[in-house]
Amino acid sequence: MGRILGISAFYHDSAAALVADGAIVAAAQEERFTRRKHDPRFPANAIRYCLEEAGLALGEIDHIVFYEKPFLKFERLLETYLAFAPRGFRSFRTALPVWLSEKLFQKRLLIDELAAIGGKGEWDAKLLFTEHHQSHAASAFFPSPFDEALVLTMDGVGEWATTSACIGRGNTLEVLKELHFPHSLGLLYSAFTYYTGFKVNSGEYKVMGLAPYGEPRYADLIMDRIVDVKPDGSFRLDQQYFDYCTGLTMTNDRFHDLFGGPPRMPEELLTQRHMDLAASIQAVTDEIVLRLTRSLAAETGQRKLCLAGGVALNCVANGKVAREGIFDDIWIQPAAGDAGGALGAALAVWYQYLGQPRITSPNRRDAMEGAYLGPAFPQAEIERRLADAGAVFTVLDETGLVETCARMLAAGQALGWHQGRMEFGPRALGARSILADPRSPAMQKQLNLKVKFRESFRPFAPAVLREDLAEWFELDADSPYMLLVSPVREDRRRAMTTAERALFGIDKLNVPRSDVPAVTHVDYSARIQTVHAETNPLFHALISRFKSLTGCPILVNTSFNVRGEPIVCTPEDAFRCFMGTEIDALAVGRCLLRREEQNPALRLDYKDRFELD
Amino acid sequence: MTFLAELWSFLRARRKIWMMPMLVVMILLGGLLILAKGSAVAPFVYTLF
Repeated sequence: MGRILGISAFYHDSAAALVADGAIVAAAQEERFTRRKHDPRFPANAIRYCLEEAGLALGEIDHIVFYEKPFLKFERLLETYLAFAPRGFRSFRTALPVWLSEKLFQKRLLIDELAAIGGKGEWDAKLLFTEHHQSHAASAFFPSPFDEALVLTMDGVGEWATTSACIGRGNTLEVLKELHFPHSLGLLYSAFTYYTGFKVNSGEYKVMGLAPYGEPRYADLIMDRIVDVKPDGSFRLDQQYFDYCTGLTMTNDRFHDLFGGPPRMPEELLTQRHMDLAASIQAVTDEIVLRLTRSLAAETGQRKLCLAGGVALNCVANGKVAREGIFDDIWIQPAAGDAGGALGAALAVWYQYLGQPRITSPNRRDAMEGAYLGPAFPQAEIERRLADAGAVFTVLDETGLVETCARMLAAGQALGWHQGRMEFGPRALGARSILADPRSPAMQKQLNLKVKFRESFRPFAPAVLREDLAEWFELDADSPYMLLVSPVREDRRRAMTTAERALFGIDKLNVPRSDVPAVTHVDYSARIQTVHAETNPLFHALISRFKSLTGCPILVNTSFNVRGEPIVCTPEDAFRCFMGTEIDALAVGRCLLRREEQNPALRLDYKDRFELD
Repeated sequence: MTFLAELWSFLRARRKIWMMPMLVVMILLGGLLILAKGSAVAPFVYTLF
């Protein structure tokens, strides 16, 4: 009755989630196991992990649910081609064989894959399908701490919907309105991601990180010519400028002429124009999201907001909504992208299909367990795995580990931190993280170039003790999933000289801007993670000890991986990444590894190991 | 067979019966193209087109 397995797959970021009697038992993305970033394949490894965590066999699962409806998606595809015919024949010719030979028969494919894990069974009878935006909305509302809320989902596209507004009440979700393909905020943002030379579906963070270096010079042009935004935030994209309905790229020549040149090639030098384009699309996105939330709040009278869908990972826009004061409280699903659809689909079955009652936590905690829903490794197993990998380590007690690590961080060292259950969603939240001292002016550049091997413009996020948040940032709300951006407080900022203020673009990066320069972006903003003793006591203890040593209750927190690599999962993954980068020390469970003690023969050439994202 | 029954009920529920002829042609053509990958059927496909 109550064991539900949710699956998202076959597009990007496939994942599995297991819900038992309404409680979220486990959730993980397939990429973490296969070590292939954004792996879209059937999540066999993630499913096996979820079953193992729950101590169940696949045959003991009552319902298996896929996060979208393939027939409905095919209907959209076909109608789109018909609407644009004869344009788009080349794209039609490419897409159709894949659909006719594979995607249209996804149910069969799912049944075969399930049989490969669980043997022969009544998989057909157990298999259900939810709609893509229903999965997102369910992932946003059902785990939230709210009894009633406005639920807004925005992404590229699922079946037809690209934006949907619902009211969540108890165990129900009532759809108020939807915007349909091809009018999509996610696809608009992705068009600019493509145009500025980054990968669609993964480079959107980079555009967001690049935006503060530029001026929104093209925002009016975007609003005047390519997107018609109404006062209530609904919008239409002028398809004359896009190629995604009929072609194999996001934008077309008319778009390129409008913005003054062809798309930037990957790895081509970033210029001020690209930064201005990033700033412009970010400004337009902020405006659309603000108009949508304002009008929906006025229309429904709701004072609480839940967000999901890929656009909800745009923490700059989220931060603006939070600071507008339209809502008393905002909750954002940490796995807001398609991976979270697996969880949403499972929760939708429990509450909407099975009609089970939903009781929110009396202490207003959400049901995500801090997003720590992935695999953990017992201490004995960590020691065995590390020893097998050839690692040299010291085993400490918990107090000793916290003390030693805090001192290393205060001395300016970069620390790999692999503790407890892995996070679900794209952010590392103190379970699979690289940590560092945010007070160091050189830290951002050093971490980007020597540890992460990624573009030097990309900002780092602060993990700050929740109780000290308001002392450092202009925000006094929980942001446990690093999904709100807020400015550093004025009194923590460093005034810039006239010469420094005159700098343009990436030159601004080298100017220390606050007491915590490594986590302060060029516009004084920071992507905040609030750390709570209730959800991650060890991480909280580490930052607290760092605070007592330095007076600073903040650490740089970046994901434990290099550019193009999925975040580490196992102790071996962590050790490999440690040996391939310039991280100074690594803490896996209570094992502490120091760089200088490791066997130099085990060092890896890690930089070119992963395809660039 | 189950697939066709599901597709039919989907088209009825969505009131998109008009898509059926197009889908049938596509599925038949697609099926032929897939079968044509195996050498045994390939000569018949060439004869047909």
